[in-house]
Amino acid sequence: MQGVPGLVALVAVSLATLAIGSYGLRLSRTTSDFYVASRSVRPGLNASAIGGEYLSAASFLGVAALVLTSGAQMLWYPVGWTAGYLVLLVLVAAPLRRSGAYTLPDFAEARLDSRRVRALCSVLVVAIGWLYLLPQFQGAGLTLAAAVGAPAWVGAVVVGLVVVVGVGGGGMRSVTLVQAFQYWLKLTALLLPAVVLLVVWRGDGAPGVGAVGDGWSMPLGAGERGLYTTYSLVLATFLGTMGLPHVVVRFYTNPDGRAARRTTLVVLGLLGAFYLLPPVYAVLGRAYGAAPDDTLVLELPRLVVDGPLGDVLTGLVTAGAFAAFLSTSSGLALAVTGVLAQDVLTGRSAGGLSGVAAFRVGASVAVAVPLAAAVLAPDLSVARAVGLAFAVAASTFCPLLLLGIWWRGLTGHGAVAGLVVGGLGSAAGVVWAVADGTEGGWTDTLLAQPAAWSVPLAFATMLGVSRVTRHRVPVHTRRFMVRLHTPEVVPLDRG
Amino acid sequence: MRVWRRTHLGSEADRATFRTLHTASLASPALREGLTAASAQRSVRHLRALLGTPALAVTDTASSLAWDGEGDHHEEQLRPLVAATVERGRTHSAGRSELRCEVAGCPVRTVVLSPLVVDERIVGTLAAFAPYPTAGLALAADETAQWVSGQLELAELDATRTRSAEAEVRALRAQISPHFIYNSLNAIASFVRTDPDRARSLLLEFADFTRYSFRRHGEFTTLAEELRSIERYLLLEQARFGDRLQVRLSVAPEVLGVAVPFLCVQPLVENAVRHGLEGASGAITITITAHDRGSEAVIEVEDDGAGEDPERVRRALAGDASLDSVGLGNVDARLRAAYGDGHGLVVETAPGAGTRVVVRVPKFAPGVQA
Repeated sequence: MQGVPGLVALVAVSLATLAIGSYGLRLSRTTSDFYVASRSVRPGLNASAIGGEYLSAASFLGVAALVLTSGAQMLWYPVGWTAGYLVLLVLVAAPLRRSGAYTLPDFAEARLDSRRVRALCSVLVVAIGWLYLLPQFQGAGLTLAAAVGAPAWVGAVVVGLVVVVGVGGGGMRSVTLVQAFQYWLKLTALLLPAVVLLVVWRGDGAPGVGAVGDGWSMPLGAGERGLYTTYSLVLATFLGTMGLPHVVVRFYTNPDGRAARRTTLVVLGLLGAFYLLPPVYAVLGRAYGAAPDDTLVLELPRLVVDGPLGDVLTGLVTAGAFAAFLSTSSGLALAVTGVLAQDVLTGRSAGGLSGVAAFRVGASVAVAVPLAAAVLAPDLSVARAVGLAFAVAASTFCPLLLLGIWWRGLTGHGAVAGLVVGGLGSAAGVVWAVADGTEGGWTDTLLAQPAAWSVPLAFATMLGVSRVTRHRVPVHTRRFMVRLHTPEVVPLDRG
Repeated sequence: MRVWRRTHLGSEADRATFRTLHTASLASPALREGLTAASAQRSVRHLRALLGTPALAVTDTASSLAWDGEGDHHEEQLRPLVAATVERGRTHSAGRSELRCEVAGCPVRTVVLSPLVVDERIVGTLAAFAPYPTAGLALAADETAQWVSGQLELAELDATRTRSAEAEVRALRAQISPHFIYNSLNAIASFVRTDPDRARSLLLEFADFTRYSFRRHGEFTTLAEELRSIERYLLLEQARFGDRLQVRLSVAPEVLGVAVPFLCVQPLVENAVRHGLEGASGAITITITAHDRGSEAVIEVEDDGAGEDPERVRRALAGDASLDSVGLGNVDARLRAAYGDGHGLVVETAPGAGTRVVVRVPKFAPGVQA
């Protein structure tokens, strides 16, 4: 009986996703609605899709649990995850779209005219994608364990299989619509139960949450280390968003740079609205004495409301959580698969696979590696793993994008050096987290949150090496810069 | 395994022949690029080895392009000699009076100049220098110059071939078939009295269609633009064929911004309409789909008309112009040129089974921008 709402929710979400995926393609039979059928994706829809792909397990489950256990200071996470789009909006969105690049390696190749930088970027995309996929699978295991009572690995394997079939089989014919649906599903799945729970809470006489300290002004611990950790987190989340492979590919769907900016603006609004909800769950969780772990959002409805209403609400949040894993993992798996299929499996060397076969093999590898890691190392906290993915992205792709877009002097050598330094620096943090180092003291602080030193270091290396090798600036740089920064409406020979 | 014993290399004369052929083969790749300073620089060393002279120069019709060997202080003295060779049009020699020299022991005392001829036009000379004039040297220089001329003619052929490929692209862009113009105008004319509004809107579509097809700049366009042109084309064809031509369109909006070679889908639709309606008596349906496949867009043009013999399609793709398959081979060649050999057209067809043409376009390729 306990697991029924959860199961119903899982099946319903899967069916709805598949139905929208196959129905969503607009089909026209007469030339009169040709024009409607070939209209590009509107910024509003595209923004919903980005929101759907972006709001992962960490947002849906992790934030509420973090705020419950560690207090209001943990709101820095959702603030950072949203504000990253502000940086994207102001500095990156439009030029990136105008560059014509589909993936980050594409941008690197187009800007620096170098196969080496492209190869390095491909490696980083795969690394970040895997690091980000790992917590999604863990979260899926957690959710299924809480909802149905299955062992933790079952959920991970189920989501992994669904993603491999969906991505590898090319089943999703209209990805944008599916992802947009997932955003609104996630919002509804948190909003409706939250409203009901708040009403019930008022009816219960609005039990208090106990004393609230002034911790939010000294977030993430007091003293110098707390301050360092805060800044490091802020830097990683603000600058890491632009380097997430599944977010970047969505910008290609915009017809031009202006639409890319509008889309980003709408994304800011959508994410802002969504992130208002997890804290509500955290507060109610404290009021009703919920267990402080990642399953808070799933457990709370039953804790507060008894009977069928509680079951329905549980089903709803389970559906939302499942949608979160499915959409984020699909987007990530698709991005990683693209890189594997394009740059590894169908290389120019002999023995390369054909297009479709490479795509299927790529999808399997893209999912299998993080799935194995999730099953073998189930202890890494969801929010921490996501935080590290952001740190790696901020230390590598952020300098590449910002300098590539805004500085003419960037050279291929400079980019390689900066990517290697930033990548190794932030990877040290990953190794530290996996090895479960808890020595305490500054070493631990610096390695647990590497962004505050690895991002500036990567920038400095990229700038310095580019200055030293300034005679290697690609010949087409000026022309490319004109293309990046000139609005499409300006008549100009871009050839 | 290539293990030969020494005796298999043949006599001394045989080996000399091999050496000569090998030296010639070293010089030929550079010469196949045509006569430029760069190609002359790279080939002159091998040409001198071929002739065995102390110095050798390759010139255009005015002055030296490359000099190999000793005595290059004579390079400036070549100008009048080259002019004389161009005037005479045949091999001749010159001695100390033309090659005045103060340097003791300088081996450049006499020169044999042979003209390099491409298409019966002198494009340069080969100047072989030696201490003494011999009849053998004159003969060898003459033969070598003729061999170099042959290589240069091949280079000229390559260049012509490239130019003709470019001309073909330009021709396709301007290629709206005369039949199409004639038929469209006739169809529009038939509406002028019965349905003037439709006639007017069709005329405007026709104007927009021709403007797109005749546009001059840019090798690439977006898929959205190409589809808009196809829409106009189909409207005009439907005005003519009425209910005989049905159209279905299904496009993933994600791929509308993909850059595609200009006029790479429209000829496929035109082909489907013409060959689909040709053999079929009833109505045909043209289906155009564009799907999002990760890092690629897949565009398909399908008709359920008469179909085609696969062998004829193979020949059309290979560039057989007699087959009247509008630009099929041309589109194929341009797709391969832009994205590599893995991205040529795929045609599935059989007599009576309709035709499907599939184009796979990467969302990003270096150098491709709409």
